Amino acid sequence: MDIHEYQAKEILANFGVDVPSGALAYSPEQAAYRARELGGDRWLVKAQVHAGGRGKAGGIKFCESDVDVHDAADQMFGKKLVTHQTGPEGKGIYRLYVEGAVDIAQEIYLGLVLDRSSQRVMIVASAQGGMEIEEISAEKPESIVRSVVEPAVGLQDFQAREISFALGLDPALTTKMVKTLKGCYRAFRDFDATMVEVNPLAVTADNRIVALDAKMTFDENALFRHPHIAELRDKSQEDPRESRAADRGLSYVSLDGKIGCIVNGAGLAMATMDTIKIAGGEPANFMDIGGGATPERVAKAFRLVMSDHNVQAVLVNIFAGINRCDWVAEGVVQALRDNPVDVPVVVRLAGTNVEDGRRILAQSGLPVIRANTLIEAAERVVSAWQHDTNEPAKLRAAR
Amino acid sequence: MSILIDRGTKVIVQGITGRMAQFHTREMIQYGTNVVGGVVPGKGGETVEDLPVFDTVKQAVAATGAEASLVFVPPPSAADSIMEAADAGIRYCVCITDGIPAQDMIRVKRYMMRYPRERRMVLTGPNCAGTISPGKAMLGIMPGHIYLQGHVGIVGRSGTLGYEAASQLKELELGVSTSVGIGGDPINGSSFKDILGRFEADEDTHAICMIGEIGGPQEAEAADYIRSNVSKPVVAYVAGLTAPKGRKMGHAGAIISAFGESASEKVEILSSAGVTVAQHPSEIGETIASVLKRAA
Repeated sequence: MDIHEYQAKEILANFGVDVPSGALAYSPEQAAYRARELGGDRWLVKAQVHAGGRGKAGGIKFCESDVDVHDAADQMFGKKLVTHQTGPEGKGIYRLYVEGAVDIAQEIYLGLVLDRSSQRVMIVASAQGGMEIEEISAEKPESIVRSVVEPAVGLQDFQAREISFALGLDPALTTKMVKTLKGCYRAFRDFDATMVEVNPLAVTADNRIVALDAKMTFDENALFRHPHIAELRDKSQEDPRESRAADRGLSYVSLDGKIGCIVNGAGLAMATMDTIKIAGGEPANFMDIGGGATPERVAKAFRLVMSDHNVQAVLVNIFAGINRCDWVAEGVVQALRDNPVDVPVVVRLAGTNVEDGRRILAQSGLPVIRANTLIEAAERVVSAWQHDTNEPAKLRAAR
Repeated sequence: MSILIDRGTKVIVQGITGRMAQFHTREMIQYGTNVVGGVVPGKGGETVEDLPVFDTVKQAVAATGAEASLVFVPPPSAADSIMEAADAGIRYCVCITDGIPAQDMIRVKRYMMRYPRERRMVLTGPNCAGTISPGKAMLGIMPGHIYLQGHVGIVGRSGTLGYEAASQLKELELGVSTSVGIGGDPINGSSFKDILGRFEADEDTHAICMIGEIGGPQEAEAADYIRSNVSKPVVAYVAGLTAPKGRKMGHAGAIISAFGESASEKVEILSSAGVTVAQHPSEIGETIASVLKRAA
């Protein structure tokens, strides 16, 4: 789960990380008021969206008067910000952060991640701050400093000092850098983050080390023990269908294609999407309905997939392991009776009691196209979709 | 012989009083697994399926001689249960639980390192379907009847995709020596590499089927390992060809966040290590059959 910059900064500040003074605004008037309240004569107005690349996309404006602040806020508020991380639909700007500008002497990249090779927390830093880490690793890989944290004792001072020296920071700043690194690590560990990114971390003209931007991502599996973090979820930054799916316990990712997928198991769901692509189609979504595959879950899944108006055909692929196919088939039939759909539906069942399952589908009288193997299912859904685009909004007869 | 579990391996179920755990305990017993008891703190003295329930894993081990454990404990306390098993002298632990915090798993892995290698518990999972040696024993939630006994070793992240592979093999009258789920989490007990080493050493395994997916370095690490350590034919399939970068596809670990983590890059890395890659999931069974024919 992602949170906003201002929220991440507040968390890091509580762990002793220095951040610029700033305040949140929900309107242009409030933004101007915040600037006057903060004092100083130069401010940044920053769009609070869950995506990187805001600067280049016009989501961060430098202002030298409260009138400027008002106008910058007015231009951003309520708009969609499109960055290279948001996709073409962009993310809505409903909160603005007004921050006092600081004079920067040097910019550093700092990231803390779950490193899957060492299976530990790793600190990644580079003196090439301001660039994204992908760019740094492509263009200046030798500038990257890495340090793996031993989980039993946590980040040690000597490790933080090594990072500070490796970045070439002035030795007079070592103590401040150690404090910053340890603060970021403690925030990561104590709140079950999966990523903390401070880019840039700035050395200021007056020799402070200040987090100018901050991103934190949290482990959804650990939110149960951090209710105050769970409260920071901002649904305005999520795909509405994905939010709805998450609220219903379904695993769903919205994609660009036309063929909706309903599958049990994450691996099989990905494999189903891949097979659709090989058969000449594009998947509209990833969907794992989980092991249960009860009639209610199948019905919920149908409603969710059909709420995407790009969907022009649906492929249901269920491998009944512990469940039985006859039971899953009844679920599909029930779901289609209760929620008739106007696009072709292909169903492939496999596993326990598969013959009974196929018979139930055949006898249901519903216009469901049946398939026995995964590749057959993918080919049938793609060809049904291609035919159906000629005669839309019609159910196709079972073959 | 088979890897990790065999006929007669004494098994306890941690969290046995839960509804799912009871169901799968029954299934495992019906399959012929030697389940000898369960552990639920505070429920010692009760019975489930005529099996004794103990308060602690140590008590269960002392009373039954249990060697293996299946963890069905809910996410908040699953890590604790795995560490309890490691401390009680359990030799092999399968954790089914989905949703364990990643940092809990970091601590579990660190904790297991405190035991010398010869006494260190082997963990597979979490977030997996378990391990089955067909015809011998089943430690997990898979449907036992889709597996024929035979000589193909299966190791994979995804449960249902493992079922898909096993049932394709069954259609071709090919059997499985052992199928091991390593789970879909970013921090897991055993990697592909760990299991590949066991299959290489197992006389009953003639070919290995590896089912990977997007995210993480373990498929690439496996490719490196195969190049210099595995003489048996390996067939792989990597799911997630159509998965976009930076989006989590169901499994907590199925997310492309770095170079080399996409399906196409993994396919390339595995191919260059001499692994035969099935291009689509419907081909897994046939690819293994043809590789076995070539090797014979």
